[in-house]
Amino acid sequence: MIKLRDLCRNFQVGTETVHALDHVTFDIPDGEYVSIMGPSGSGKSTLLNILGLMDRPSSGTYTLDGVDTSTMTDNELAETRQQQIGFVFQSFHLVPRLTAFENVELPMVLAGDMPSERRERGLQALDGVGLGHRSDHRPSQLSGGERQRVAIARAMVMQPKLLLADEPTGNLDTHSGREIVRIIEQLNSDGLTLLVVTHDPAIGGRASRQLKFIDGRLDQDQRQRESAA
Amino acid sequence: MRFMDCNRMAGGTLSRAPGRTFMMLLATAISVAAVLVLTSLGEAARRYVTDEFRSLGTNLLIVMPGRSETSGMGPGSFISETNRDLTLDDVRAVRRSPNIELAAPVIVGAVAVNRAGLEREVTVFGTIEEFREIRQWTMEIGEFLPNVGMDRAAPLCVVGATIRDELFGNEPPIGQWLRVGDRRCRVTGVLAEQGTAVMIDVDEAVLIPVVMAQQLFNSPGLFRIIMQATSRDSMDAAKRDARRIITERHYGEEDFTVVTQDAVLSTFDGIFGNLTRALAGIASISLVVAGVLIMNVMLVSVSQRTAEVGLLKALGATRQQVIALFLTEALFLASLGGILGIGVGYGVIAVLRGAYPELDFVPPLWAVGGALVTAAACGLFFGILPARRAADLDPIVALTGR
Ligand SMILES: Nc1ncnc2c1ncn2[C@@H]1O[C@H](COP(=O)(O)OP(=O)(O)O)[C@@H](O)[C@H]1O
Ligand SMILES: [Mg+2]
Repeated sequence: MIKLRDLCRNFQVGTETVHALDHVTFDIPDGEYVSIMGPSGSGKSTLLNILGLMDRPSSGTYTLDGVDTSTMTDNELAETRQQQIGFVFQSFHLVPRLTAFENVELPMVLAGDMPSERRERGLQALDGVGLGHRSDHRPSQLSGGERQRVAIARAMVMQPKLLLADEPTGNLDTHSGREIVRIIEQLNSDGLTLLVVTHDPAIGGRASRQLKFIDGRLDQDQRQRESAA
Repeated sequence: MRFMDCNRMAGGTLSRAPGRTFMMLLATAISVAAVLVLTSLGEAARRYVTDEFRSLGTNLLIVMPGRSETSGMGPGSFISETNRDLTLDDVRAVRRSPNIELAAPVIVGAVAVNRAGLEREVTVFGTIEEFREIRQWTMEIGEFLPNVGMDRAAPLCVVGATIRDELFGNEPPIGQWLRVGDRRCRVTGVLAEQGTAVMIDVDEAVLIPVVMAQQLFNSPGLFRIIMQATSRDSMDAAKRDARRIITERHYGEEDFTVVTQDAVLSTFDGIFGNLTRALAGIASISLVVAGVLIMNVMLVSVSQRTAEVGLLKALGATRQQVIALFLTEALFLASLGGILGIGVGYGVIAVLRGAYPELDFVPPLWAVGGALVTAAACGLFFGILPARRAADLDPIVALTGR
């Protein structure tokens, strides 16, 4: 359960203050499918960074599962990131020298899991995105869509409750993009809370709830009774 | 993060940039090798000098005129003020000590020696047969001043190997006459070649009876009394006896100094030990330089790997984990470089041994261990800054390259 109250994030650029997020207030219950849209520079990424505990708000509160995140230490933030939150980035961010499996394994390595367990869960996660047979391939040997699928496997391998995707289809062709959307929607239907930042109204429109940002303010908050099939 | 995984990740990043890694390994290896080579030079010098002193004889005690406060053979010990001379009677007296096996007087001076028109300046030792026994010199031919003793100026002499070559050439020298200063002496023997020894080059010396030397130099005083204790255990007792006996003879005045071979040895041991340590210290500076190089290269590598570090943090890596990763890398470089350096160092030392077989090049163990530990410590220390810089990276900035 995510709870934002009067959340602001300001950046000081020279003498000017940029209000990237301006008194944002909303709640997201567990398991919800939320799309975040808005023009470039409206604060979507900034919001996702704060929700993902990579950035802290300038003012206001962010409560995650009942815990005020401003009270958490750096190590607690890192641990929460590791255990509860998955990230998918527009440009994949795979480590080029590591194989698909080793990329997926990374979060478990950081968590200190046993190699045998990592093997099992890592291959499972790759199977889940349909890349079990490509586990020994390096990112350079994979297509864009496949890379993003590896990134999703990596984001999901710790079985987080929340998946944050910042324009996950932004670098992909329509076909691959649709495949990615299908995979993450499947995860959502299994109970994962899903937040997707997107420019594409066709993708954004599929979410059960659509947030629209303009100039750092929450402009629209639309719920759909039923997601389009 | 598990220990092995940390090592694997650090090793992975190092092997990905082999050129950079090789450069840092080389820097560390060279400085560790420098420590080894320099300390082995110091150690070789120490061994050379102490071995020379050991070769003076065994269980040696030396009495010299003049009071010296130090136990060693510093310059102070050569200064005699208003001291009574050491005399042949002193030698006779110390022989009464049950702890003293042998005692021989020594007088040293420079005198012109000539034979059949050939003349040269040589060092002349006035002494007796016991001196040869104590010094364990062997004869090439003939005898060493036979039946000379301390009572008469028998016109005899012994020559060193070089002197024999220069003055007699291929002629048999035994029984030949030699003019030593204003005296004529018959050659009784030739000393076997000794090579250069500490202080005394006997190959270029002529040895004559001590009484003749007293007359030649017109002085009864002895340069040294050389004594040999009955055993290693009786060294202290022998020293005590010599001091007591000569002090008594000098009317209660201890105007001379008795040093033991051990004391001299340990003085030189100390001097050269310090020299070796100083060399190690100088060489360690290069380790610090290598550390600074590692630091700079790692700083560059951190800035090249910001995206990766940002990703690790986004995936939940803590500050400590990032620091551990980079420190492991630095430690890897430093210790691997150190081990390589030990190999290189021993290689260079092997070459030195080939070039100078008479010197015993061995890097002291403490230097080998110390160089390794210092290399590792430098790696760790100079890894701290890059590691902290990596840990301080803002994951968002790192990932977006903003
Ligand atoms: N680190 C930063 N420093 C300065 N300004 C920033 C920083 N991050 C974001 N901004 C500004 O905040 C605003 C929102 O940025 P962002 O959240 O990236 O927008 P979006 O993802 O919706 O395109 C923009 O005006 C951007 O320039
Ligand atoms: Mg953005």
